[in-house]
Amino acid sequence: MFRYALTRFVSLALSLVVASLLIFFMLEIVPGDPAAYMLGLNASPETVAALRTELGLDAGPVVRYLGWVSGMLTGDFGTSYTYRTPVAEMILDRIQVSLPLALLALALSTLIALPVGIWAASRRGSLADAGVMGATQLGVAVPNFWFAMLLVLVFAVQLRWFSAGGFPGWDAGLLAGLKALTLPAIALALPQASILARVMRSALLDTLGEDFIRTARAKGLTRGQALRRHAVRNALIPVLTIIGLQFSFLLAGAIIIENVFFLPGLGRLVFQAISQRDLVVVESVVMLLVFAVILVTFLVDLAYAAVDPRLRRPH
Amino acid sequence: MKRLSLALAGCLMVLAGAAAAQRSDITIGMQLEPPNLDPTAGAAAAIDEVVYANVFEGLTRFGPDGEVLPALAESWEIAPDGLSWVFNLREGVSFHDGLPFTAEDVVFSFDRAMAEGSTNAQKQLFDGINEVTAIDDTTLEIGLDVPKGSLLSNLAWGDAVIVSPASAEGNATNPIGTGPFRFSQWVQGDRIELVRNEEYWGEKPALGKVTFKFISDPTAAFAAMMAGDLDAFPVFPAPENLAQFEADPRFSVIVGSTEGETILAMNNARPPFDDIRVRRAVAHAIDRQAVIDGAMFGYGTPIGSHFAPHNPAYEDLTAKSAYDPELSRALLAEAGHPEGFSTTLTLPPPSYARRGGEIVASQLRAVGIEVEIVNVEWAQWLEQVFTSKDFGLTIVSHTEPMDIGIYARKDYYFGNDDPVMRALMLGLDATSDETERTAILRAAQERVADQQVNAFLFQLAKSGVADARIEGLWANMPTQANDMTGVHWKE
Repeated sequence: MFRYALTRFVSLALSLVVASLLIFFMLEIVPGDPAAYMLGLNASPETVAALRTELGLDAGPVVRYLGWVSGMLTGDFGTSYTYRTPVAEMILDRIQVSLPLALLALALSTLIALPVGIWAASRRGSLADAGVMGATQLGVAVPNFWFAMLLVLVFAVQLRWFSAGGFPGWDAGLLAGLKALTLPAIALALPQASILARVMRSALLDTLGEDFIRTARAKGLTRGQALRRHAVRNALIPVLTIIGLQFSFLLAGAIIIENVFFLPGLGRLVFQAISQRDLVVVESVVMLLVFAVILVTFLVDLAYAAVDPRLRRPH
Repeated sequence: MKRLSLALAGCLMVLAGAAAAQRSDITIGMQLEPPNLDPTAGAAAAIDEVVYANVFEGLTRFGPDGEVLPALAESWEIAPDGLSWVFNLREGVSFHDGLPFTAEDVVFSFDRAMAEGSTNAQKQLFDGINEVTAIDDTTLEIGLDVPKGSLLSNLAWGDAVIVSPASAEGNATNPIGTGPFRFSQWVQGDRIELVRNEEYWGEKPALGKVTFKFISDPTAAFAAMMAGDLDAFPVFPAPENLAQFEADPRFSVIVGSTEGETILAMNNARPPFDDIRVRRAVAHAIDRQAVIDGAMFGYGTPIGSHFAPHNPAYEDLTAKSAYDPELSRALLAEAGHPEGFSTTLTLPPPSYARRGGEIVASQLRAVGIEVEIVNVEWAQWLEQVFTSKDFGLTIVSHTEPMDIGIYARKDYYFGNDDPVMRALMLGLDATSDETERTAILRAAQERVADQQVNAFLFQLAKSGVADARIEGLWANMPTQANDMTGVHWKE
């Protein structure tokens, strides 16, 4: 187990170095100057040059890259060009929205998907199974931003049960915060739940065809007992993979939903920073997201080993 | 029982009435969030839309219709030679941190803006000022190199507001001014809150609390208004929804003018647009009303030069470049392009440009000019078009007030170098006589239209939506501002 974890860890560290190089130098080539953006149409070239000096943009790319990386290692993510506040603070503010939203959506999708998937698999070929397959097909096909707008029109504009969007902040209370995240989480969870339910169902059906299930049945277990005790656990590997991927997607890819519900999350921060060429912010947030994705993959790898003892032994 | 329920109903009505009378908070929607809150260190319109006239004040200020009014300066006298202005400042004014406002603060603010290495985005407002001196706490003298007729209106800009040396550095995140509202909190990405300044020197505003909420997506903005999350959206991003609001008695639609001359800019420094016949051909190929109807849902006023129609000195010159595709083709042939030519049209993100660009492109194609549309982000537009001047055509709205002076600049992005305009602008600055100024401004409008530096499309309209019970919002936008001082809920 230890050696397995160590090799995983080394590959994690290497991925981070490569990612930091890619992120930094790709953004270097993108045209657009943050100082010119901030000063607008009337500023003279001298004023723009003065601001560039003030922002530290005069230094060469290699110097700035090293400064950025060494800063990050000590927890200093730099200062945003446009907002003039430390990037670490901004990320901390935004992650208080993005992380709970991603977790809420993931919890919702898992809670719906797993029972539905198992239920459909155990009734393979029945009308219920066909119903689940049809509904999840629809869930995958419906774009989440469209579904989000529908939710807003019904629950905010017509019924007025929820706000159309925005986030009051956790200072306003746990309930107010959760309420603001409810509609976005549902909009995010629906397509994810549909995918997950389908994966759960097909993984379980595969396992149910295995020899050990027949053996279990032969030993006198009922179909339900065999399913619960032996099949579900074995079907979890592909499901875990999908959950890991979905979490990364929900954390980094919620940007459209954040726009529909005007939530101050990480996605909107990056989007705004890109258009303003606030490169420090873009670099740091993307790096953080890469780190989160790699970390989740790492944890999922470890979870495989926990679920499947065969993976713990070196080949 | 009946009596009881009547009494109850009475109580409820009293309660409801009290609640309505007490309403003193307002939530305003804005499409873009300001990057910071220091109007002296950035050009973003969103900064002024939050702080102008609310948090910060200058010596003078713009009124609802663009008139220049006294603010922190009560009155002023000009020396006969026009080279020295003496301002009498208001007494008993203090900054939000309690420090008194004096002439020294004005000296500090202006010196800071004019200094070498200053990052004031409108540094040119202070051109020609050679010295700012405090005579005593409430008297200030500004010495000029040459007479400057535009001084009062220049000092009314958000970029010329008065800041305190004690707090200037922190204004980006914690703005401290002298205005009727003080900064309360900023939840980045979501909202900014201002509260009434109880120590304000002038008439205190009716509103106790103003919240600016940032919603960039037009559909989300519509939903937020409909759901009652917002009380007003002064610059509503989706003109296609305005009819729906207009039909709804809960809302009022407020349409006014802005300082935004929307132009089809041409690269005068590069062939074929260095030929005035080609530029005129482009202008005559465009049906302005079709662009306004198609791209702006009818909101906008056609213009024939770079000047705002609501300005008293405005002259309607649209006839000089009336829609005439026949004439356009003839001009092209005369200029040596009987088969037309091909060029690029670079479009920044706003809908006036993206939607307007499609219509303009098809109108140009109709006379034989093959247009390739290139959509860019603002940062790219600034770099490619504005700074590197690497473009053929572009559509952009120039929202700065009274900015016809850009046609006298040598290195401006549309690449016209016009000594006649430079002479006119020097003459304009040299006089503060209104009749004379009007005559010069008319001459400048005509010059720009005759030279057909650009094709002039329309004056951008300001179309906003508000709860029908709100009064006092500005209809026009003479400068980027949401002045909340006169806003109140109807009884």
